[in-house]
Amino acid sequence: MPDTQFILITGRSTKQGKSVHLGKEAQEYRDEVSTLQMNLKDIEALGLQDGVQARVKSNYGSIVVTLKKTDIPQGIVFIPYGELSNALIGPDTQATGMPDSKGITVEVERHG
Amino acid sequence: MAENVAVKEPAVKEPYVMTGVVCPYCGVTCDDLEVRVENGKITEVKNACVLGKDTFLHHLEGLSTPRLYGKPATVDECIDAASEILAKAKYPLIYGLDSTELGAQRKSIELAELIGANIDHTSSVCHAPSYQAVMTVGIPTCTSGETKNRADLVIFWGCNPAEAHPRHATRYSVTVKGMFTPKGKKDRMVIQVDVRPTPTTRIADAFIQMKPNSDYEVISALRALVKGHELQQAEVGGIPVDELKALVEKMKSAKFGIVYWGMGLTQTRGKYMNLVALLKLAQDLNQFTKFSCAAMRGHGNVVGMAQVLTWQTGFPFHVNMSRGYPRFNPGEFSVVDMLARKEVDAALVIAGDAIGNFPGSLAEHLKSIPLIAIDPKESDTTRVADIVIPSAQGAIAAGGMAYRMDHIPLMFKKVVDSPYPSDREILERIIAKIKAIKSRGNGAPAPVGKG
Ligand code: SF4
Repeated sequence: MPDTQFILITGRSTKQGKSVHLGKEAQEYRDEVSTLQMNLKDIEALGLQDGVQARVKSNYGSIVVTLKKTDIPQGIVFIPYGELSNALIGPDTQATGMPDSKGITVEVERHG
Repeated sequence: MAENVAVKEPAVKEPYVMTGVVCPYCGVTCDDLEVRVENGKITEVKNACVLGKDTFLHHLEGLSTPRLYGKPATVDECIDAASEILAKAKYPLIYGLDSTELGAQRKSIELAELIGANIDHTSSVCHAPSYQAVMTVGIPTCTSGETKNRADLVIFWGCNPAEAHPRHATRYSVTVKGMFTPKGKKDRMVIQVDVRPTPTTRIADAFIQMKPNSDYEVISALRALVKGHELQQAEVGGIPVDELKALVEKMKSAKFGIVYWGMGLTQTRGKYMNLVALLKLAQDLNQFTKFSCAAMRGHGNVVGMAQVLTWQTGFPFHVNMSRGYPRFNPGEFSVVDMLARKEVDAALVIAGDAIGNFPGSLAEHLKSIPLIAIDPKESDTTRVADIVIPSAQGAIAAGGMAYRMDHIPLMFKKVVDSPYPSDREILERIIAKIKAIKSRGNGAPAPVGKG
């Protein structure tokens, strides 16, 4: 896989679950669902830093996120479920009814 | 099922405490909450996790209001307008239904039959593949209570209970002390299998990390090892075969093992085939010991909807009523596919947020058709809906039955009053109205699509 490509995992996080009660307009929620977790080595390999903004692109959409270094394995990135993550997911279910919400390939690149 | 279950309705002004309150947030469905109410507002919640606590404490925040095409309206006006739309629609969709009680779920099916609708619910985008696998090969399973009392090996596969089901570990699966597990955590081996470390890793004794999208291969390799075959490879899905062998030994030597799985298996490559493999693995292990598996179900009563739909139509989700009898077909009547093909011409979203949870492109079609939202709170769906009908929130302002993730029925209590009707009542009124519309004039049902 080219160095700018990663496997995207979307999922729940406590903060996302908790802050959703405060309303989806709440800053806490907005921050949580627009944060992409990434391994520091991957962040550095892209020439980026922890805490900066980056663009994430899939075959279906493109979003801007804030990078956050975590102990996630290299090659994988994680974003909590939300409006932004939904934009990256396509409607194809291969006739199973279930879209590919985890394990899709995305590009991560510098934003701006 | 009585709407107002056996709870006292104390005088509004006097503070009161209710015990044995059932939490609607996640599939753990805790039934030991203590809730204090002052002046119609919940002020204190005991025993809940942070997610459950917030569900109750923030019950008055972000409430929706009745609206017709963006303008304030009365609930009656909204119900009338919604009924007109649904009676006229040629291929309507009813969707949501995870955050409400069984009575409302039953009414939603009655409505679907009446208008020849497609009916689907949140399982469609979480554990539908799990059910498809269970339909295919069956499931050896047990209640959460059995896990608590007997399990000495607990495996979390592609799930993250520490964040999504916070009290699962303390009530059923990790630290809790049971009849044959008197020392709690010391009597249990907890193993996590996932593609990344998560907060669940901290409560597990061992973490097995695999490459994304390789669950099917890994489970198939485990099945081969359980059957005594040797593998040629040095690793499968990024896991050294020696590690897989050690896991198989632990599984075989456990007295009572259980695998809990999450959306790490249902939403990745392989979908229901991952689960077919996992269920077969658990079945294979029963040649050696007692082994169960169970899905970690997310939203409160999403299991209840699958139960009701199954007992009423024979199918747990993706049901189509357009021919007057239920038909089931994933890929054809599943909500994501129907919206992707832009087939439905009107939608009723109740007790669930469609737009907030669907792939982005599907939201566009929902926004382009008459969209009715019944929800106690504002959501991404209510924000763009043509008609918004607020309801009394299930488990907080409306009582009724719900199913825990292991299919144990529990009673939601009505903790506070709401100025709005319950989901069930709203659906009853819509059904009555549509019947009246359909029998206008000569009393005969109107031809399909001619309202
Ligand atoms: S674990 Fe789930 S059901 Fe129990 S209190 Fe927390 S959110 Fe509610």
